[in-house]
Order: sequence, then C-alpha cells, then structure tokens
Amino acid sequence: MAHEHDPHHDHSELDEMDLRVRALETVLAQKGYIDPAALDVVIDTYQTRIGPRNGARVVARAWVDPAFADWLRNDATAAIGSLGYTGRQGEHMVALFNTPAEHHMVVCTLCSCYPWPVLGLPPTWYKSAPYRSRAVKDPHGVLAEFGVALPEGTRVRVWDSTAEVRYLVVPMRPAGTERLDESQLADLVTRDSMIGTGLPKAPAEAA
Amino acid sequence: MTYTSHADLGGRDCGDPVIAEPEGLLWHAAWEPRALALTLAMGATGAWNIDMSRSARETLPDYAQLSYYGIWLAALCRMMVERGLVTDEEIDQAQVRVAPRPLSRVLRADAVADVLARGSPTMRDVSAPARFQIGDRVRTRAGHVDHHTRLPGYAAGRVGTVECVHGVHVFADAHAQGLGELPEWLYSVAFEGRALWGDDATPGTSVAIDLWEEYLERA
Repeated sequence: MAHEHDPHHDHSELDEMDLRVRALETVLAQKGYIDPAALDVVIDTYQTRIGPRNGARVVARAWVDPAFADWLRNDATAAIGSLGYTGRQGEHMVALFNTPAEHHMVVCTLCSCYPWPVLGLPPTWYKSAPYRSRAVKDPHGVLAEFGVALPEGTRVRVWDSTAEVRYLVVPMRPAGTERLDESQLADLVTRDSMIGTGLPKAPAEAA
Repeated sequence: MTYTSHADLGGRDCGDPVIAEPEGLLWHAAWEPRALALTLAMGATGAWNIDMSRSARETLPDYAQLSYYGIWLAALCRMMVERGLVTDEEIDQAQVRVAPRPLSRVLRADAVADVLARGSPTMRDVSAPARFQIGDRVRTRAGHVDHHTRLPGYAAGRVGTVECVHGVHVFADAHAQGLGELPEWLYSVAFEGRALWGDDATPGTSVAIDLWEEYLERA
C-alpha cells in the first residue's frame, strides 16, 4: 500500500519521542523539579475545561446582550473574566468585532501566540509555517483554503499578535437566528470563526 | 555571535496549503500532552521566563524540521541543560547522575488551577507618558538586532499608523536576554498591505502588529 512518508508520523520516531519524554519526566520527577500529578491536571484542564467552547459562550453573550458587547469592546479582559475565563495566554485580551465592512483574522507569525482561556490550545495549522507565512501577505488566499469567500469590498485586517495581547474575533451573528437562545447561538460559533479563518455556522447546519 | 531566529516566518514564500483541522483534535502523538505539561510545569519553577523560552525555541538550528511540540521539547531540554538542571546523559539514560539544583518553586497538582487562572500579566505601572497616540504615523526600526525581538522582519523599516495603545508592558527583547523587565509602551500599529508588500499586496488588506515603543520613530 502506497502512502506518503511523514517523519512526524513515522512509528519508530514516535516510539523514540515517547521514550524520550518518559525518560525526561522520570528524571525531572526524581530530581524533585516536577510533580507528575500536576502534569495530569494540566493535561486534563486543556482536554476538558479550557477550549473553544469558552470563547463561543463569550461570543453568544455578546450577540444577545448589547451591554456585554460594549464591555467586551472596551475592556475584553474584564468582560471575558466575568464569565470565568482568565489567565495564562489570555492575560490581556482584545475583542475584534467583524462588520460588513471589515473582517478580522489573527495570526502569530513569530511563534503561535493564541488566546488559551477562550480558545484552548491552538490547532496544528495555526502553528504551521504555511499559515504563519501566508496569513499576513495573502489573507484572501488563506481564507479560500478554509472555504471562506468574503463579499466584494470587505476589507481584511490581519492582527499579528507579536506581544502579550491576545485577540478574539467576534464574528457577525448569522441571519435567521432571532429565535435561538444563548446556548443555541454558542453552538453556531466555531473555533475558526473566532480566529477569523471561518464564519459561524448557519442555524440549519447546527441542527 | 550573530543571533538568528528561524521562527520569523511572516511573508516568506511558502506555497504549501494550510490544512484545516477539526475542533477537539488536540494531540497527534501520545508524548505531546506530556511535553506540553512538562514545559508548563518547568516554566512554573521560575528557572527561566517565557521570553527566554521563545528565544530558546526560535534559535534551535533544526527549528524548521521539528514538529511544534518537538520544538518545545528540544528547547526545554536545552534550557535545563544550560542551567545545569539536568545533563544530556541523564535524559538519554533516564537516570539521575547529578544532584538536583534548588528551584524556587515546584508546581503541585493542587496549585495548577490557580496558576493557570492567574497567568503572568505583563502590564506594568506607567512611569512615563506614551510618546505616540492613536493616529500617529510611525516608522519601524530597520536592520538586524543581535537578540530576540518581536519586530517581524517583514515589518522592518515600514511606515504605519498607531491603532491602539495597550499600556506599558514587559519588554520582551530585554526580558529574553535576562536584562530585566524594562517595561515600555506597547502599541498596535496598522500597516496597509501596500506598505508591506508593494505591488504584491491585495487591495483592501492591512496588518496590525503589536510593537514596543523602542521599535518606533515618528514618520
């Protein structure tokens, strides 16, 4: 069976990396530098508690509550913190509201800075050379690869998060969602729509 | 010695497509979550700061060949070896050979939630007025610097407009070199596509970049 050879998915290399990380953990634990139980808590936190559903709840709240949307616009760190999302890699938040005239998209060309408290850990493509190299120069081309074509005349503003400010895109509320409640609205908000490489789902898609 | 970052990718010619990924797919190998957690746990000891980690990662000679968590792991080992916390031999043989060095903190399981929820804010008290205001035209520093920096190469020597004033923040360039926090005003500066890419720019596109005051002069 023919398949492409990818060094990152080669089994012997995976086994080698697995052994190396285990060895490192053993040595660091024996030296008293780490508490292996703390590692389990860290992993569990990002698998179950901190992920893009947090950001979706922020966006849905902004869609239904104009006062919250204003707060988010003026002091995103506090507004997001009021929902319980704070801390590491989201210490200083800015919310970018998409409009019919302007679409926002976020990248970190220098590494992979990403708003962890609201979006969790970044997807592989966000950390990859193609996205980091091309997002700033050819945002429309990148958007097309995500299946997004913006209406003619929409300006695109790319935010390169080169410092400790973290950006959350607030997509526009889809049409035909007047009857949905906040939790149903949150289901329409995709991770990619909060990075700016996607749009929220239409109500029918989410059903 | 010349400092070379292999991570400054913005605007490089890279014909490869961006491959979308479903939400909820967090790991691509069993060792990745352990590498992430080891990195966070060792970062929490205070043996280095996050800007030193970024510097250690971006200067790995094989940066372009490594996977993301491969970069994290290599930089973690490098920083620990440089500080005498472990030796290469200990890692290779999974055996402690050298007595541990004292660390100021160890991340315990019951402290993880608090440590993550607190994070490490970088905003500091204002000690001098901001040199620039929203709407000011500014030109970025041109040329190479011999240390970690956050002015991307594609925006060096370019003219843009101050879009946001973010307050005074720990200056990553200094912090990465162990020179202290030396906090400075931080701005988002917006550059029209044409100012960055010339005729290659798509009309109607712009890039906003977070830049410290030291990178900027009035245009």
